[in-house]
Amino acid sequence: MSEKKKITLNRRFVVSRLVRDRGDTLFVTGLGSTTWDAAAAGDHRNNFYLWGGMGGAAATGLGLARAQPGRRVVVLTGDGEMLMGIGTLATIAVVAPANLAVCVIDNQRYGETGMQETHTGHGVDLAAMAAGAGFALTQTIWTTKDLEAAIPHIYETEGPVFVDIKVNTDHVPMVLPMRDGTAIRGRFREAVLGERAYD
Amino acid sequence: MATTKKKTANKWPVQIFKTLKDADVAQVAFVPDAGHAELIKACLADNHIKTTRLTTEEEGVALALGAWLGGERSALLMQSSGVGNCINMLSIMQETRSPLLMLVTMRGEWGEFNPWQIPMGQGTAKALEDAGTIVYHVDDAGGLAETIYAASQIAFNAYRPVAVLIGQQVIGFKDWRK
Repeated sequence: MSEKKKITLNRRFVVSRLVRDRGDTLFVTGLGSTTWDAAAAGDHRNNFYLWGGMGGAAATGLGLARAQPGRRVVVLTGDGEMLMGIGTLATIAVVAPANLAVCVIDNQRYGETGMQETHTGHGVDLAAMAAGAGFALTQTIWTTKDLEAAIPHIYETEGPVFVDIKVNTDHVPMVLPMRDGTAIRGRFREAVLGERAYD
Repeated sequence: MATTKKKTANKWPVQIFKTLKDADVAQVAFVPDAGHAELIKACLADNHIKTTRLTTEEEGVALALGAWLGGERSALLMQSSGVGNCINMLSIMQETRSPLLMLVTMRGEWGEFNPWQIPMGQGTAKALEDAGTIVYHVDDAGGLAETIYAASQIAFNAYRPVAVLIGQQVIGFKDWRK
């Protein structure tokens, strides 16, 4: 049994730090806190915000990564959302897209429904599950130092890459991005495809 | 008699495959079904189609959204029992008004032997329609390719989730006495 480590990272700090190096990376964010985190870090045309379809963030990222093999795709989602679509780790590993990274912002809680505990606070190790599925690189991140070391992997290392970033439960202000699904997909497709978005 | 039936049974998956190529489908995702076995084989053998094996059907709905966000058309293959797994995920297609082409091989209807297949099989079309999906039910192998092509046009040109239910009359039902 491993000792219980102290979780110190703040989710908004983590996501702000992550997107600072985004370049032309395409982001898919999951229901719901990671969608608010991405908005708080600065709205971007290359962000696709999921406000629903819990469990679907990683699979959406996979479909996008296959359609855009020349672009880096990062899925940013929560531990509860990832657990609901946990089989997708196996699906991604079998396809093995080199341009895909999955980052779980893991506060060990279902944040949108009253902060009930998820499985990850009870010993379930998402990075180990991703490794078991066959991801090229997996890591659990506890500190700023770990995070700094992982960022180049998230954006550059041949994937699929999986990182589970442990974050604390400090209260953060609610920041909401656009929420009309049709508008979100229209803007995102135009950012990725240009004029072809409206074919 | 038996030979004629076998010929027809072997031919329609090939027609579906050609139809998917005609419709510029670039990605095909699936949870296997006996009814889709030939089509899955054809897709796996095609160098230009990116196949994805799924652990559960709703993954394929989200995958279809991602593919389309990246500019590719996709198709999702499953058995009728898998439709039930997709219901909440279909909401993302409706809310973003995105194309989805589902090809569903039916169980639990024509000549079904397994009673456990009946609840989902009888509810498949209703569940899909309630989730905002346009549904075509095909019982005649002769009209299948045309219906799938028409469905693909609605999906990709009118940006809507569409399901083609391939009836057990087309697939042929399992005769459990044999």
